[in-house]
Amino acid sequence: MPGNHGAAIVGVGGLGAPAAVALAATGARLSLFDPDRVELSNLPRQPTFGQADIGAEKARAAAERLRRAHPGLEISGHATAVDRKTGAALLAGHAVIIDATDGIDTKVLLNDLSVELGIPLVHAGVLGLDGQLMTIVPGRTACLRCLFVELPADDELPTCQQAGILGPVVGSVGLAAAREARAILAGRPAPLEDRLAILDGAALRWRQIVLQRNERCPVCA
Amino acid sequence: MPVIVKVPTPLRKFTAGSESVEGTVSTVGALVDDLEQRHPGIRERICDDQGKVRRFVNLYVNGEDIRFLQQLDTEVKDGDDISIVPAIAGGAP
Repeated sequence: MPGNHGAAIVGVGGLGAPAAVALAATGARLSLFDPDRVELSNLPRQPTFGQADIGAEKARAAAERLRRAHPGLEISGHATAVDRKTGAALLAGHAVIIDATDGIDTKVLLNDLSVELGIPLVHAGVLGLDGQLMTIVPGRTACLRCLFVELPADDELPTCQQAGILGPVVGSVGLAAAREARAILAGRPAPLEDRLAILDGAALRWRQIVLQRNERCPVCA
Repeated sequence: MPVIVKVPTPLRKFTAGSESVEGTVSTVGALVDDLEQRHPGIRERICDDQGKVRRFVNLYVNGEDIRFLQQLDTEVKDGDDISIVPAIAGGAP
């Protein structure tokens, strides 16, 4: 069941950083999770960091910066990965989870944890100039595995390092993810429940596809 | 008006950068074959070596998932909108 610990943002990179900035401005309670440290190459698309943050733990640095910008903000930064051992304990009690990760394994894990814990999940993905976004409400909407029954092996899908990424594109998707999370935090239906929003970053055009729960989904059926 | 196929960015290297291509076919399966003839290499990204749609790719006809229609035998007609939607796992580190 969702709790009242606010939003858990898993990944404080190109997706998670703008999402955190947007939600912090609303006063939402936030928990940030990311095991990585800030690198120079992150700066063009991760607005929570500046040159002085290079080498710092991303989650903690982002939390500190947002806390300074918004006195009184309840925010915590955790320099830890959300994995199969730690995920349930780290995410339990939150009202919504934002998947801002970069990797198929963690995206699948977050989907599965969302269903297991009964916590809504905003799934976001970006590659090259394409973005995708959907909101999963366990027990009510399609989950990620309804959409993609089997997930590819690591080498079957390119990563951002391989395919590239454009800051404004990933930022757009991150901000849209924040918008979804904000609706859930406010107790309202999120616009992308049972919808997959697809961003064509080359044309700056969003379109949506209506989703259906898969009655044979290996996770949520 | 022929069928319009929306091509996701990862597959545009097969279509010379085009974000959409056209086809005049009667089924989704025929469309995939037609795409392969005109854009060699694209089929392997959509279908496995048994000819089935890869499970991390979804195809939609006018917004409807072909998994809930007739799969590759799903009929298409002129003016239909076909979307190829692969799973996207990136998030930018």
